[in-house]
Amino acid sequence: MTAVTLNVNGKRYSADVEDRTLLVQFIRETAGLTGTHVGCDTSQCGACVVLLDDVAVKSCTMLAAQANGGSVTTIEGLARGDQLHPVQAAFREHHGLQCGFCTPGMIMSAVDMIRRHPEGLDEATIRHELEGNICRCTGYHNIVKAIQSAADEMSALPAAAE
Amino acid sequence: MGIEGIGARVVRKEDRRFITGKGRYTDDIVLKDTTYAAFVRSPHAHARILSIDTTAAKAAPGVIDVLTGADLAGDRIGGLICGWMIHSKDGSPMKAGAHPAIAHEIVRHVGDQVAVVIAETKAQARDAAELVEIDYEVLTAVVDPAKAQDADAPQIHPEAAGNLIYDWHIGDAAATDAALAAAARTIKLDIVNNRLVPNPIEPRVAIGSYDEAEEHFTLYNTSQNPHVARLVLSAFVGIAPEHKLRVVAPDVGGGFGSKIFIYPEETVCLWASKKIGGRPVKWTSDRTEAFLTDCHGRDHVTRAEMAFDADNRITGFKVHTIANLGAYMSTFSSSVPTYLYATLLSGQYAIPAIYAEVEAVYTNTVPVDAYRGAGRPEATYLIERMMETAARELGVDPADLRRKNFVKSFPHQTPVIMCYDAGDYEATLDKALAAIDYAGLPARKAASLAKGKRRGLGFSCYIEACGIAPSQAVGSLGAGVGLWESAEVRVNPVGTIEVLTGSHSHGQGHETTFAQLVNDRLGIGVNNVQIVHGDTDKVQFGMGTYGSRSGAVGMSAIVKALDKVEAKAKKIAAHLMEASEADIVIEGGEVKVAGTDKTMAFAHVALAAYTGHNLPAGMEPGLKESAFYDPTNFTFPSGTYICEVEVDPDTGVVEIERFVAVDDFGNVINPMIVEGQVHGGLAQGIGQALLEGVTYDMESGQLLTGSFMDYTMPRADDLPSFEVSTTVTVCPGNPLGMKGCGEAGAIGSPPAVINAITDAIGVRDIAMPATPSKVWAALHGAA
Repeated sequence: MTAVTLNVNGKRYSADVEDRTLLVQFIRETAGLTGTHVGCDTSQCGACVVLLDDVAVKSCTMLAAQANGGSVTTIEGLARGDQLHPVQAAFREHHGLQCGFCTPGMIMSAVDMIRRHPEGLDEATIRHELEGNICRCTGYHNIVKAIQSAADEMSALPAAAE
Repeated sequence: MGIEGIGARVVRKEDRRFITGKGRYTDDIVLKDTTYAAFVRSPHAHARILSIDTTAAKAAPGVIDVLTGADLAGDRIGGLICGWMIHSKDGSPMKAGAHPAIAHEIVRHVGDQVAVVIAETKAQARDAAELVEIDYEVLTAVVDPAKAQDADAPQIHPEAAGNLIYDWHIGDAAATDAALAAAARTIKLDIVNNRLVPNPIEPRVAIGSYDEAEEHFTLYNTSQNPHVARLVLSAFVGIAPEHKLRVVAPDVGGGFGSKIFIYPEETVCLWASKKIGGRPVKWTSDRTEAFLTDCHGRDHVTRAEMAFDADNRITGFKVHTIANLGAYMSTFSSSVPTYLYATLLSGQYAIPAIYAEVEAVYTNTVPVDAYRGAGRPEATYLIERMMETAARELGVDPADLRRKNFVKSFPHQTPVIMCYDAGDYEATLDKALAAIDYAGLPARKAASLAKGKRRGLGFSCYIEACGIAPSQAVGSLGAGVGLWESAEVRVNPVGTIEVLTGSHSHGQGHETTFAQLVNDRLGIGVNNVQIVHGDTDKVQFGMGTYGSRSGAVGMSAIVKALDKVEAKAKKIAAHLMEASEADIVIEGGEVKVAGTDKTMAFAHVALAAYTGHNLPAGMEPGLKESAFYDPTNFTFPSGTYICEVEVDPDTGVVEIERFVAVDDFGNVINPMIVEGQVHGGLAQGIGQALLEGVTYDMESGQLLTGSFMDYTMPRADDLPSFEVSTTVTVCPGNPLGMKGCGEAGAIGSPPAVINAITDAIGVRDIAMPATPSKVWAALHGAA
């Protein structure tokens, strides 16, 4: 067993977990935050993407112990109260989701993508950068539009891009 | 239509919970005292179970019980069923083998469940599953449907001699043979429709829970049709009578057909919960298990011949198909290569004679059942590959050949059951031709060639049948269920509304579109409408969502219930306002007397219905109505898809330069959602054409494409932005004039892509998926 302490969405969680416990299991089972999903066992689908110390990671591909002491942001921690994050709002506005299962990972990846590209994003870059996230419902068309729109909005309003 | 009515691009009501991580999927549910199930699965495609030793597993930490097929048989739990009876040419019923929820004596595909471990944690269950020792006698396996009937093929089920489930046919053999004999030209084509894995991103989950005090079971599962699951688990598997079994399918993360079916794990979790004394038993599939157990789709091997007269009109079409149904017959598998496939073989064309024979066979592979489109993609691929090939070999323009042969007057009775009710195939073709700039194609081809690339364009003029279908008609064709839908509209005393529907939303946006319908009728705003679905304790009965039926059938049931609600509300309002019932109109949330300034809020009428203080003489209080809607016909969405590709001859890489989709879905409730459905379907169809395909080792029957590492799911950079639009011919068969849009993209797109690639590189055919290596080999004569 390993003692793991994580700050998830600003709240501290400590638990003794089996050494093999994955970060996603800690998030879903210990912290009880079920917005982060598991869609595959091979680190392909990206439904489990969260931010660890502000960087996107696949939480199914990391041990909870590796993240010990870190600060995790999940989909539940993105909005400020009723105020949606611009990426969340854009996914809704552009119909960038259908069944919603891949959506948390998509949104977290998009947040990370926009952070890494302060110069702005074009369609080809967005499509290339989404390689690690699989959606079976949308054909990506509206996801790409949503990310493009959010990126444009966040670069126009730097204060919102924090 | 108003800003929230029919035809408006209303942003989805359900999105907020999904984008904030508050969706509630089955795996998110943890009941008190939950135990976890791990299945021990066969590593062999075909083997005899000689012995199972569970001693070590039962002694492992946290293990509560280890159960096998013998335990299941001992408790007289029934097997799974196929719910659609097909009769062979000779009149004999299909030969369905037994399908126990845990294999007993014989395993028939890699992944077949052999035992289940129930433990305190998921990890303990998995650890202990490794300790179950099983001796197998490995038997010869067959995975190729074309070889399943060979003399040396292994016998998979004793009930089906030679692995032949049925040998079915449709149409007029003599007339078709005569047409072929008299033809000016005939075109022959051998076509394989590749096997696919549906792969919704949410894996399947089942939680079985038995309440000893009430002798009542609850199943939480990832289902597209919880009521049908309850029916089958009650009436055939024998878990409990329906009033003692509740099935709940909460938020479901995509289905695409694969979550229609009733699966073994659901039976096992329910049965095991009772067996261990009532603690809930939860099983969550991982992706590898999903590849090994979710029903696959397609897998047809077809030989076809089309007859043309001297004027290039089609005079006959003859088809022979072998359909692989896998190791067991899944819930609706028998209907897919028959009534959902061969009945669409007329395409958009007036064909006087058609004859199709279908042999369905068992193989040692994962069961095959409906996957987005289900039979109709196979029909469309065959017809549209045939039309393109014919155009090339007859030396005519492919658009012209199609146009010449289009059905142009309606209703149109085909030789294969279907009667097309409405359509305008030239309208979609013309719109698509204009969108792609067909006239500019030669210049674009020359430009590509100048930079060392090859450009090609491919058409697909698809038709499909949705809404399935009049219950009496499908009953006469062998369906074990009726295919109506139910709805209940409950007006609350404050005037808000709950709609209970038998349709199930798992990405389609029913919570928005169904609310738009109510708002269109009553004008109370979509936020005053709650759509309730997916729980057999709340919704009395329903047939679920598949076959693009929730609009045409599910919403039609809501229309019928709304008609009754409005009629009663008008009676109450007329009484309260001392007006004639015929003068009452409902609009904008108000109930008005036409031609006067008399008006009252709809909420006021609702309250009056529930106080009962002042109702017309003899009227029951309350304002709640239900309806069952049985469609009068299939609906027939159609369209033209055009794909333009550029191929790099050095690498074989195919770039989709443009994809134009023009669909006729009849009336549309929410264009934003409809476009989204088309986008997703296109991605799955393009995936089939370029990327996806199941590969089995032909000798061992091992699934070689068993993860997202090996099975290529379409990614964002594999796909273009799509150019989608619609034309409208109103469907005469239902009150909203809708046809259905959920499957069209997956049905229409594969032949457009392959027609474009074969045009670009100048070959007659290329097998799907047309991977770079196949394209390169075809270009360089190394195929």
